[in-house]
Amino acid sequence: MSLSAPETIEEIKQRNKELIAEVLEAYPEKSKKNRAKHLNQFNEGKTDCSVKSNIKSVPGVMTIRGCAYAGSKGVVWGPIKDMIHISHGPVGCGQYSWASRRNYYIGTTGVDTFVTMQFTSDFQEKDIVFGGDKKLAKIMDEIMELFPLNHGVTVQSECPIGLIGDDIEAVSKQKSREYGGKTIVPVRCEGFRGVSQSLGHHIANDSIRDWVFDKMEGKPATFEQTPYDVAIIGDYNIGGDAWSSRILLEEMGLRVIAQWSGDGSIAELEATPKAKLNVLHCYRSMNYISRHMEEKFGVPWVEYNFFGPSKIAESLRTIASHFDDKIKEGAERVIAKYAALSDAVIEKYRPRLHGRKVMLFVGGLRPRHVIGAYEDLGMEVVGTGYEFGHNDDYQRTTHYVKDGTLIYDDVTGFEFEKFVEKIQPDLVGSGIKEKYVFQKMGVPFRQMHSWDYSGPYHGYDGFAIFARDMDMAINSPIWGLTKAPF
Amino acid sequence: MPQNADHVLDHFDLFRQPEYREMLANKKKNFENPVAEAELQRVVEWTKTPEYREKNFAREALTVNPAKACQPLGAVFAAVGFEGTVPFVHGSQGCVAYYRSHFSRHFKEPSSCVSSSMTEDAAVFGGLNNMVDGLANTYNLYKPKMISVSTTCMAEVIGDDLNAFIKTAKSKGSVPEAYDVPFAHTPAFVGSHITGYDNVLKGVFEHFWGGKAGTVEKLQRVPNETINFIGGFDPYTVGNLREIKRIFDLMGVEYTMIADNSDVWDTPTDGTFRMFDGGTTIDEMNAAVHAKATISMQEYCTEKTLNYIKSEWDQETVSFNHPISVQATDKFLMEISRITGKPVPDQLKLERGRLVDALADSSAHIHGKKFAIYGDPDLCIGLAEFLMECGGEPTHILATNGGKAWEAKVQAMLDANQFGANCHVYPLRDLWHMRSLLFTEPVDFLIGNTYGKYLERDTGTPLIRIGFPIFDRHHHHRYPVWGYQGGLNVLVWILDRIFEEIDRNTIVPAHSDFSYDIIR
Repeated sequence: MSLSAPETIEEIKQRNKELIAEVLEAYPEKSKKNRAKHLNQFNEGKTDCSVKSNIKSVPGVMTIRGCAYAGSKGVVWGPIKDMIHISHGPVGCGQYSWASRRNYYIGTTGVDTFVTMQFTSDFQEKDIVFGGDKKLAKIMDEIMELFPLNHGVTVQSECPIGLIGDDIEAVSKQKSREYGGKTIVPVRCEGFRGVSQSLGHHIANDSIRDWVFDKMEGKPATFEQTPYDVAIIGDYNIGGDAWSSRILLEEMGLRVIAQWSGDGSIAELEATPKAKLNVLHCYRSMNYISRHMEEKFGVPWVEYNFFGPSKIAESLRTIASHFDDKIKEGAERVIAKYAALSDAVIEKYRPRLHGRKVMLFVGGLRPRHVIGAYEDLGMEVVGTGYEFGHNDDYQRTTHYVKDGTLIYDDVTGFEFEKFVEKIQPDLVGSGIKEKYVFQKMGVPFRQMHSWDYSGPYHGYDGFAIFARDMDMAINSPIWGLTKAPF
Repeated sequence: MPQNADHVLDHFDLFRQPEYREMLANKKKNFENPVAEAELQRVVEWTKTPEYREKNFAREALTVNPAKACQPLGAVFAAVGFEGTVPFVHGSQGCVAYYRSHFSRHFKEPSSCVSSSMTEDAAVFGGLNNMVDGLANTYNLYKPKMISVSTTCMAEVIGDDLNAFIKTAKSKGSVPEAYDVPFAHTPAFVGSHITGYDNVLKGVFEHFWGGKAGTVEKLQRVPNETINFIGGFDPYTVGNLREIKRIFDLMGVEYTMIADNSDVWDTPTDGTFRMFDGGTTIDEMNAAVHAKATISMQEYCTEKTLNYIKSEWDQETVSFNHPISVQATDKFLMEISRITGKPVPDQLKLERGRLVDALADSSAHIHGKKFAIYGDPDLCIGLAEFLMECGGEPTHILATNGGKAWEAKVQAMLDANQFGANCHVYPLRDLWHMRSLLFTEPVDFLIGNTYGKYLERDTGTPLIRIGFPIFDRHHHHRYPVWGYQGGLNVLVWILDRIFEEIDRNTIVPAHSDFSYDIIR
């Protein structure tokens, strides 16, 4: 399908170079210099992708990035289901992030579970002028009265909180005392902090360290411990991802004592320092707390990748290597059990997808993690980039990408459009803001944040859905209709 | 193993399989510290009681599930209605990611908008540099005809002065001196998205008519025969604005659609991405000052704008409340006719007759049914009028962004109609209040946006999706709800749900299916 595709790797690299130069020409000098550092291609043998990352976005260019609040409320804290997360400040932030991330959970919403609700202090002008601490205290009282089965509260700061000098820590401490030591966590995730969602992840991780773990210190485990206790870290259970992962870990003989944070609870967060191993899926958003638990509680952590059968098998074996033969055998048993399913999926979809080219632009993990799943289906990722990755993400990316893969960090709307126009991939995988742009251009698209309301994509069960979805995107008959016959 | 390559199970079915059910039950029991089942059920039942309702309505500080967004969202809604215009939001960048996602989820369309990406240093020193660099980048990259600047709460709290900043940016060469950069301060902590719409629209009028922030002479108004039309922040903007144009063309009215975003949110899939499409042109905005009158379909979206037009320019202004009913549309058309001197053509009379015909055919199914309505202030009024015309009985009308004046207006409307006798109006309340209302004073149907589905789940009240945002049903925004054709669409949406409910309630064989009728 790709038109006038360059044949050799040299031709590809030359094309990429020219394409980057062409795109940069549109910028004023200062921004051109800045953006040039974020655009490159992977050269075999390098230890990173030769791009700068995790620095401020250029104003006025249509960055795809969000903010620290999105990283804390939207990603890390929001899915903790038995706590109430207050979007503290004006109404908008909580409204736009209300239930849109598909963090699946089981619970009675509004009674003992609160994920898909929008609790806000709905700041008015007087709250900005006189401060919002009194209002926040009153909100906590009202929460305790109307939602008595909550297992804690977090305060997710929006921009004004840090600017008007509110002391949400003092309010949280005082109310925690008043309510018998209830966990109340102030989070300083104002949207202007940092350069993207990423700092919000970090701040949220730190708030768990300071306001959840520190309280637990010295207390015994509230559950019966076994040598096989692990915690899933960095899986937000989008469309049920953590569930189709958990089932594999349990089938190999491990006991999952906590999910961070999809379908998670405060009890699970509190239990995690007692795990034997933390298994980390989204490194970007939860490496901080994993490192902390290693240093403070001696819990080792290991990264894994549950996209596509090749990476799943590799990951199951890596995780098993931290345990005894029983678990190692368990891993092999699980791999063998699901081989028939994976083979059938590949047999069905690979002929329909083989050789198709993909361009990705996602958050902090998937720009590399999903590559193996595409390759299992015979597809090739020719361009990728992170919305909020750091250099350690680009280092890890080198293990996934091929020579000559186009790399674009914090891509702008303008650049992404030009890249796709020129490279003509068979599929673009990115977010809701990008979806309709590329579909208008006649390029098949799948949302790789929300799975386009499908999923799960993790685990063997998820891989079948992933393959089916990519096929229906690329091979939809509608792409033959975009040009009128007259 | 439930998953299967030939018949792929989606999340709907996958997680209901026994393997997963057992896994999740064990997770809950062993690790979640769950609330005891009896206690959970006790509280579930308690939240349905009048006692809970009383506590719920006594809330003073906490808002739960509001039916409103913030000003900056409305700012973007208005800005994209101008030809070749990029909305430029001065403040934190995450906000813009949210507005773009929000609109894309509702319209299933791209939504272009940029941010000045202010961060901590800008919080300390102000966002001037962000404005200077940002305007230059937007101008060079996207080659817009106009950049419409609004703000987020961050820029408002630190007190950035848009007028001064834009002037400085121009003097530094970010954009040419004469380039159009209208602006409006749109603090998120005042009003709601409809306020932001109003502020940006007023800002655009002030810019073009009032001398472009003191840089050129004010326009001289020479009244002519045209009228200006403003739709307001409207979930059905695509279908509605096209329908209004059709109606005006039928009447032979000379008109200018102000902030016409009906094309940019409905571009074709034909191989080309159009960042810009349609919209009110700069020439049209300039000429609009001469219009005989400005019509707003939504009073509460355009209070400041209409006041500016009336008080500063002595133009007649007329506003409506999202007219849907036959009589509201009659009034709208008669006002247009009065202002322009053009008679309402026979074609529209025919369409009116067809809508009345449809109402006569079907209103028996609506008559006497109780409805709860929530949404933006004008839409609530339009829907209530329509229901009462069919003999429906609005019972709860709630607008999180409705104020005292709105409450009084709705009350007066109810007082004047026998079908409004048992209805209460709830300004400044949210959907958690609505939950209590639906438990303690049940109704037959609920009308609201997608978030109403949570109320449907909790209270069992069937939801008819009319409002903003609608995320979980596709393409309704392409249909008008204005004009007699629009009224017909609303009628069909309401009827479809009523019939589905009757079928659902009568479907059990040998128990209720005697009423599972083939003709209704």
